[in-house]
Amino acid sequence: MSKELIHLNNISKSFDGQMVLDELNLTIHENEFVTLLGPSGCGKTTTLRILGGFATPDAGSVVFDGQDITNLPPNLRPLNTVFQKYALFTHMNIAENIAFGLKIKKKSKAYIADKIRYALKLVNLEGYENRMPDSLSGGQQQRIAIARAIVNEPKVLLLDEPLGALDLKLRQEMQYELIRMKNELGITFVYVTHDQEEALTMSDTIVVMNQGYIQQIGTPESIYNEPENAFVADFIGDSNIISAVMIEDKLVNILGAQFACVDTGFGHNKPVDVVIRPEDVELTAPAQGTLNGVVTHLIFKGVHYEMEVMAGGFEWLVHSTALHPVGEKVGIKVDPYNIQIMNKPASEDEEAVAIEI
Amino acid sequence: MKSKKWLSAPYTLWSLVFIIIPLCMIFYYGLTDKTGAFTLENIMAIATAQHAKALRLSLLLSLISTLICFLLAYPLAMILANMKVSQHSFILLIFILPMWMNFLLRTLAWQTLLEKNGVINNVLSFLHLPNINIINTPYAIILGMVYNFLPFMVLPLYNALSKIDENVVNAARDLGADNLHTFFRIILPLSVPGIISGISMVFVPALTTFVISSLLGGSKILLIGNVIDQEFTQASNWNLGSGLSIVLMLFIILNMIASAVFDKEGEGSML
Amino acid sequence: MKNAAKKIYIALIVLFLYAPIGTLMVLSFNASKTRAKWGGITFKWYGQLLHNDDILKAFGNTLLIALLSSVIATIIGTIACIAMSNMKKRTRMVMLGITNIPMLNADIVTGISLMLLFISFGFKFGLGTILLSHITFNIPYVILSVMPRMKQLNPSIYEAAQDLGASPVTAFFKVVFPDLLPGILSGFLMAFTMSLDDFIITHFTKGAGVDTLSTKIYTEVRKGIKPEMYALSTLIFVTVLVLLILVNVTPARHEKTAISGMSPDKS
Repeated sequence: MSKELIHLNNISKSFDGQMVLDELNLTIHENEFVTLLGPSGCGKTTTLRILGGFATPDAGSVVFDGQDITNLPPNLRPLNTVFQKYALFTHMNIAENIAFGLKIKKKSKAYIADKIRYALKLVNLEGYENRMPDSLSGGQQQRIAIARAIVNEPKVLLLDEPLGALDLKLRQEMQYELIRMKNELGITFVYVTHDQEEALTMSDTIVVMNQGYIQQIGTPESIYNEPENAFVADFIGDSNIISAVMIEDKLVNILGAQFACVDTGFGHNKPVDVVIRPEDVELTAPAQGTLNGVVTHLIFKGVHYEMEVMAGGFEWLVHSTALHPVGEKVGIKVDPYNIQIMNKPASEDEEAVAIEI
Repeated sequence: MKSKKWLSAPYTLWSLVFIIIPLCMIFYYGLTDKTGAFTLENIMAIATAQHAKALRLSLLLSLISTLICFLLAYPLAMILANMKVSQHSFILLIFILPMWMNFLLRTLAWQTLLEKNGVINNVLSFLHLPNINIINTPYAIILGMVYNFLPFMVLPLYNALSKIDENVVNAARDLGADNLHTFFRIILPLSVPGIISGISMVFVPALTTFVISSLLGGSKILLIGNVIDQEFTQASNWNLGSGLSIVLMLFIILNMIASAVFDKEGEGSML
Repeated sequence: MKNAAKKIYIALIVLFLYAPIGTLMVLSFNASKTRAKWGGITFKWYGQLLHNDDILKAFGNTLLIALLSSVIATIIGTIACIAMSNMKKRTRMVMLGITNIPMLNADIVTGISLMLLFISFGFKFGLGTILLSHITFNIPYVILSVMPRMKQLNPSIYEAAQDLGASPVTAFFKVVFPDLLPGILSGFLMAFTMSLDDFIITHFTKGAGVDTLSTKIYTEVRKGIKPEMYALSTLIFVTVLVLLILVNVTPARHEKTAISGMSPDKS
């Protein structure tokens, strides 16, 4: 990993007596694409606002490149923000919007003109200098908001749900654009979203948050394949989360049937949660699987069929390219390395945190 | 909704009869003499020494009070807008509530407050400050104008300022602007519709008032409003009164044009 | 420190706005008949008010005109808003422009223009002409508070109601009207207030012998305001204040819970 750039140390913040962030610790590296992912109210936007300087933590510190910036006002921070709904200056044209930060830094006219041209090229909006923000589409305004931020050459770009207001197709396009820009600029991106797909597509590191706590930090692959708790498993993609008992190392009892797995160290006869992704459930002929069941629902999804299978008293969600009509008796089989074992939440409190959204 | 053309009939008719035609009447009377013959005399009458003096004084006093209203109201509107109370209607109420005490009585109450032995001078004496004797002077008229029209400046400004997206201000700070920069480059320009609306809401009634001047200015100070009022209610010279009104309307129309140019969306409206 | 300065500033402005009102309230208890002297506390003006037919009549006229003019203006204004929402943009802009005339024009010009109209067309001056004038300057207040609501209105709800079997009229009253109601109500209140507080336009359109509170006060200025007038004004103001507090206490509590229930993280 490259150099550590930002440290959030024990950040706590509450609004009107309601705890939004509770002793949050996070390290962001140089050149990293970090995504803060979580449902509404999880504290991700507050975290970003604390980074940008628009909110001050009640406790804890923000350290940037070895310097404590907790109480530094936003205008003196070496970071720039791309706001939700863009926040363009509607009384200025595009060029003036982009030039705003540079004029304050008293850059030369030639330098500013150069930068505007460069930024508009980067966001594929050459020739838009004299247009007014209101005359641009949502996607174009979004690009201008990015251009306006990056001309200041921030070390870190903060993005607050920047694609939230765009339609699906445009959003996917912009995701690729953002990755391209990040690679071209070589700066750190801190990205806030509630869209797990967006997070998986773009990030180097995903920080899953809920109720003011970090639930898991990891690469998209590790978050998806090895969720550390039921909340993460549930929030990232579809999954079957089943109560089970760990009989011994590499053997787990799921709904009365014994499945081989690869996890060790959970102890003997220990209650656990298992996560099995729907695409990892294999349907076989009856009695050839580990567990027997009946198909109860079937939906065609384009790439695959989505089925629900009643087996062992649990409705299994199954994705498969093979069709099994409703009422067909099937067997269920799961490869050992596709079974993810998780500790049960230690307390009811933690469980509540995991379930309440 | 489906087009129901007849729905517009009542108001169209009403505004024709009670807005458009009456305005035409002013022009008719203003541009004719007692026999009904066309003349520009009534309009030219503004140039006579007495009328010109009244107009100059009106302009001076109304400009000063508009300026004072603006200077008092802008910081107030900013503070109110930043309080982020969701009680928009409560703030509206504070400034509308005084209207439930009769406008003339409220203005008259200033006589009591400003008198030689009035409340204000008593407080000033208590603080060992020099007393003020402004009753029956142009200063009292200015005070009366500011008092009566301040809400009409505060409300549009408050409206325009509270409509500014918090993130736009944050964005300016984020891009390196300090407080001064943020104010002059972002907040002030974005509140222009409110400023224009506030100015016209204060300037027009201040320019044309005859009540405040007769209640607080004594009988010697004549504003253009007093002159017109006298032509109608005492001299019964409607032609001259209308002619002077047309002159007054020139200023009002200038004001309307300014509002139309700067506030296309009605963003600075009072409500 | 900064916050304290802000609060002091707000307090000073509020003091400036309400000082004359406080003065009038104090005067209504002043035993001395002139406002220049303080003669001790008395309630006699309140008692005498009940027997002062002149003032009571003017008060009756004021209320009648305020009520009638604001109701009629509300109806005409609301219908006008519905009509305008169906108009082409250009026609609507012209209509709104005309609506703005009484708002932006000077009251004195509106007053004399109506006076000239009534004279030229032989109207009999009296309560009727005052009412017509008040309706005229009240309609814009209604339109300006209903129109923004109209713009926010989702046009589909009217169609949805009809799709579900409601006749156009039922659809309007069941789904559109409730959505417009807050705007209509605030327009009505604004109109009522403006009518109550008007002097200038009434002054030019009232004719001899008919008085509202405003015109009565204006004629009394020279000879001295009767203390009963202070008593009446105090009563009106306090009544409104109490009503407003009563109306506002309940919704305010609702609002508070709504705010604390809202998550501060807007993501």
